[in-house]
Amino acid sequence: MLGANIILESLKKEKVEYIFGYPGGQVIPIFDALYDYDNFKFILPRHEQGGIHMADGYARVSGKVGVVLVTSGPGATNIITGIATAYMDSIPLVCITGQVSTALIGNDAFQESDITGITRPITKHNFLVKDVKDLALTIKKAFYIARTGRPGPVLIDIPIDVQKSSCNFVYPEEIDIASYRPNYDGNLKQIKKAADLINKSKKPIFYAGGGVISSGATQILLKILEKASIPVATTLMGLGAIEKNHKLNLGMIGMHGMCFANFAMQEADLVIAIGTRFDDRVTGKVSTFAKGSKNIIHIDIDPSTISKIIDASVPVVGDVKIVLEELINYIEENDHSDWLEKINIWKEKFPLIYKKDDILRPEYIIEEIAKISKGEDIIATDVGQHQMWAAQYSYFKYPRSFITSGGLGTMGFGFPASIGAYLGSKKPVWCITGDGSFQMNLQELSTAFIHNIPVKIIIIDNGFLGMVRQWQEILYKKRYSETKLIGNPDFVKLAESYNIKAMRIDKKSDVSSAIKEANEYSGPILIDFIVEPEENVFPFVPAGNSIDDIMRGVEK
Amino acid sequence: MKHTISVLAKNQFGVLARISGLFSARGFNIESLVVGETEKPEISRLTIEVLGDGKILEQVMKQLNKLIDVIKVFDLSNNSIKRELFLIKLNFVKENRSEIIELVNIFKAKILDVSKDSVIIEIVDEQKKIDSFIDLIKPFGIKEIARTGKLAIGIG
Repeated sequence: MLGANIILESLKKEKVEYIFGYPGGQVIPIFDALYDYDNFKFILPRHEQGGIHMADGYARVSGKVGVVLVTSGPGATNIITGIATAYMDSIPLVCITGQVSTALIGNDAFQESDITGITRPITKHNFLVKDVKDLALTIKKAFYIARTGRPGPVLIDIPIDVQKSSCNFVYPEEIDIASYRPNYDGNLKQIKKAADLINKSKKPIFYAGGGVISSGATQILLKILEKASIPVATTLMGLGAIEKNHKLNLGMIGMHGMCFANFAMQEADLVIAIGTRFDDRVTGKVSTFAKGSKNIIHIDIDPSTISKIIDASVPVVGDVKIVLEELINYIEENDHSDWLEKINIWKEKFPLIYKKDDILRPEYIIEEIAKISKGEDIIATDVGQHQMWAAQYSYFKYPRSFITSGGLGTMGFGFPASIGAYLGSKKPVWCITGDGSFQMNLQELSTAFIHNIPVKIIIIDNGFLGMVRQWQEILYKKRYSETKLIGNPDFVKLAESYNIKAMRIDKKSDVSSAIKEANEYSGPILIDFIVEPEENVFPFVPAGNSIDDIMRGVEK
Repeated sequence: MKHTISVLAKNQFGVLARISGLFSARGFNIESLVVGETEKPEISRLTIEVLGDGKILEQVMKQLNKLIDVIKVFDLSNNSIKRELFLIKLNFVKENRSEIIELVNIFKAKILDVSKDSVIIEIVDEQKKIDSFIDLIKPFGIKEIARTGKLAIGIG
């Protein structure tokens, strides 16, 4: 069998449904083989970066591995931002790149780049396949590595001569990599120790990250929370793990987290960190983070996250779901009424607030979307102020319903990721974006149109790179250096030129009916919301501050 | 503080780049690095000396373990035999020849080559001994030093 066919047969064995890719000189044999396949739905973006973010969005909503296929050189370097985005958020991807012929490698051939060298620090692992006989096994390994342990992107670089050579096709059924055996079961002694601390604690708090969602631990977490009446705060990546309105859910913590969640984290006598890595946007000043806690329990599949930032007194290395399923057996029922009472007082005293007047403010738009979608749709975001408002004001009911670039903070991620998120979930997607972020990958309007994706593009259009502008306003004496976006296109006309329905809203009173119309519309639709240009995201803990040292804002 | 880490990894393309890249990406400093095959040709052993406190050592070891091609990582800072090989090219003139030969004998070093005005000495030993040997021969005029970096193997 030809190498090119081996690649596609291997993808078939992995039950790949979608391939997000872009042709080019060094992958023509694969695309030629693809011509005879109807096993895959092929999505052709208008830029490789768009393609990889789509694969990423698909992987985030479905939990499956996203597959990318691009050519060598510029095709491969165009997916780098997408690989780094997936790596930071532990998203499973397999990226196949074409490469120049093995004989030409290292000769600065046309469209050659050392893509395994370039992507080494941003992939979980990568391969250069020099012999067609290694191809099937390498693809098997790539999928296995991408989806197991702490998931992540894996890249396979395949020279064109390998695609054109032949050998017998045998796809391994089982695989075991001696040097890679993730530890799923937590150490029982440690789990019992953790349970003992939890049972003795007066003011415990769970701090849950994206790992809770990726390991599928949300149900068991909820059971533990309810059994022992323990509140939970989540990271940006953990939003959706527990229904937003659940009485034990304090919502997001950190820089733009809820005041009461931050206060609770500081006051707690025990922090149970699960599937999370103590990111600086969560901890603020590390030395004062969780200052009331004598003990920190840290449960994570990746041993290198444990005690990296904050020393864990009880580390448990394992899959969050498997560990929690064991842990619950040793957790005693409790009501923690005094502790929850104290948190409730904070909740009442320091709620999320913004100015309710006649001005069209972004927070109001997100609230209206939350009202109409009721947590049933997917919310995807780009990066910046709108991302934080979406995180704060959206209603989350299910895991895998909030799609955002948390770790890398990639502007231009949201719109293509929305397309992938629809394909992976078949649920309508609200793409909350900004006028800055949207322009970084707006070429995918074509893709949304061709596949009639029900993505509702909500542009929070403030004419600024708003988050940087906010920092400049508050921390840099209003010196708005290069953050005013002059020369924005007419987004309505732009969308229309791609045959996409669009409208512009600049009055608060028109928001609700526009959102309703978008909700009922079955194809892609864009709404350009002209909002108050200098609205700020609050609460705000400036970088380096302790997380209870919060600017609550509101009045300017 | 200096730590000596021993890494068993698959002997294949790109492994050294992965390991050394990990150090630079995380801001860890490599003092020395020795690579060679083990008793199994498909596995190589890397002996790495790294500077830092216990926390850095812990992170380095965890990050190394995370690499897919790495089979095993040991801390050989203690309970190990450590050796390094030095090749030293030294001025060798009539007046100091006997003194140099005497030092070579005391330290169980070896003379590998003698030419008109220089001598090449090989010494294999632990750091402390080599340091004092170098201190003693320095006055004769060292022309060049080439060293392997430290090798280590666990005791028992």
